[in-house]
Amino acid sequence: MKFFDLLVQHFPTFISSMLITIEITAMALVIATILGIVFCLFKLSKYKVLQYITDVYIGIIRGTPLIVQILFIFLGISSVFHFKWDLMVASVLIMSLNAGAYMTELIRGGIEAVDKGQAEAARSLGLSYGQAMRKIVLPQAFRTMLPSIINQFIVTLKDTSLLSIIGVRELVQNTKIITANNMEAFNMYAIVGLYYWVIVTILSALAKMIERRTSYGK
Amino acid sequence: MASKIIVKNLNKSFGKLEVLKDVSTDIEEGEVVVVIGPSGSGKSTFLRCLNCLEEINGGTIIVDGFNLTDPKTNLNKVRRNIGMVFQHFNLFPHKTAKENVMLAPLTLKTMTKEEASKKADALLKQVGLSDKANIYPAQLSGGQKQRVAIARSLAMNPDVMLFDEPTSALDPEMVGEVLNVMKDLVKMGMTMVVVTHEMGFAREVGDRILFMDGGYIVEEGTPDQIINHPREPRTIDFLSKVL
Repeated sequence: MKFFDLLVQHFPTFISSMLITIEITAMALVIATILGIVFCLFKLSKYKVLQYITDVYIGIIRGTPLIVQILFIFLGISSVFHFKWDLMVASVLIMSLNAGAYMTELIRGGIEAVDKGQAEAARSLGLSYGQAMRKIVLPQAFRTMLPSIINQFIVTLKDTSLLSIIGVRELVQNTKIITANNMEAFNMYAIVGLYYWVIVTILSALAKMIERRTSYGK
Repeated sequence: MASKIIVKNLNKSFGKLEVLKDVSTDIEEGEVVVVIGPSGSGKSTFLRCLNCLEEINGGTIIVDGFNLTDPKTNLNKVRRNIGMVFQHFNLFPHKTAKENVMLAPLTLKTMTKEEASKKADALLKQVGLSDKANIYPAQLSGGQKQRVAIARSLAMNPDVMLFDEPTSALDPEMVGEVLNVMKDLVKMGMTMVVVTHEMGFAREVGDRILFMDGGYIVEEGTPDQIINHPREPRTIDFLSKVL
């Protein structure tokens, strides 16, 4: 069958472009988590300015399509400041900023879901706000957030396909290049779909495993 | 005897709702003060003000010589000396019983790992739960959880213990075990402020009872005075409902 022939034939380029997809996603998710924690603390702080900054950030990211963000940062910013983006740097930056906004909301939800008594118990023992957050609240918040974080991971992974618009050779761009040559659009896009499906399925299974591991004595 | 806690003209509001109105009292070292009153009377809020879990709106609170209302006071330091036990235990679910007890001394670096471990073993033994050291809170009964919570709050060697309705969330057959642990603390001379509905406990180990209603301390006195010879109509009315 043609499908399997093409699958075997293009295996090497798909693997290398899959690694680019995963690399961008993984780096973006790490940075997005840090952004999420920082902006979430901004949002929960008593300073109105910080809360406002967070609202603006989330508002812009959620209010605009990812493809506009990609083009704005990659083409817009570089044309104003006269420089050329490194493709990987730009890709990670864009995906981080995008996922970071959603992570902020996600982490806030997780923190607010932790019983207030937990922080109170920690504070009553003499822990500072930061210590109570780090030792008591955040670990529990992450536990409840884990499914949503994995979900965000999956969403970001699939969203990296939009980076093909600026020529990043991730899975979709790789498929476009091959299809332009062999005209096998049906089979090639089925193949690339398969790659995404496999990664997402593995991630979901991994998520279930972690979830089971972190349920303390339940 | 020296005053351990001095409360002067304490005022506390939540928005427009005044919860505590000009509350004043002195608590001496080693004294066991039991706070009773109907729900909404402000007794829990009063207790939570004593370690500044609630920000107060007026008045002064001095604990152990530290003025809690002075912005220069390091509240985190003061709180180390004030243990608190909550109605809903508030154990850390991601830590075992022993880890719960060891958390504060380790995080605040007041003990080495060995010291903290030894201390936790001793405290768990004191509350009768040596065999539950490595169990997570989810697998403990309510009474056991509360006893771990008491051990946890003792880990920082506090000289004052605050109890916020420690037995209200327990099944009746578990109330006794928690009260027994508390009675042991009384025998050790701990200064205690206990918000409770356990009149038997109040009568047996309380040095003084405060009856609160509507944000005021309506009446205070020895257990005998308050329980057997109440003078205020509101105290009489409340006691007739709970006794």
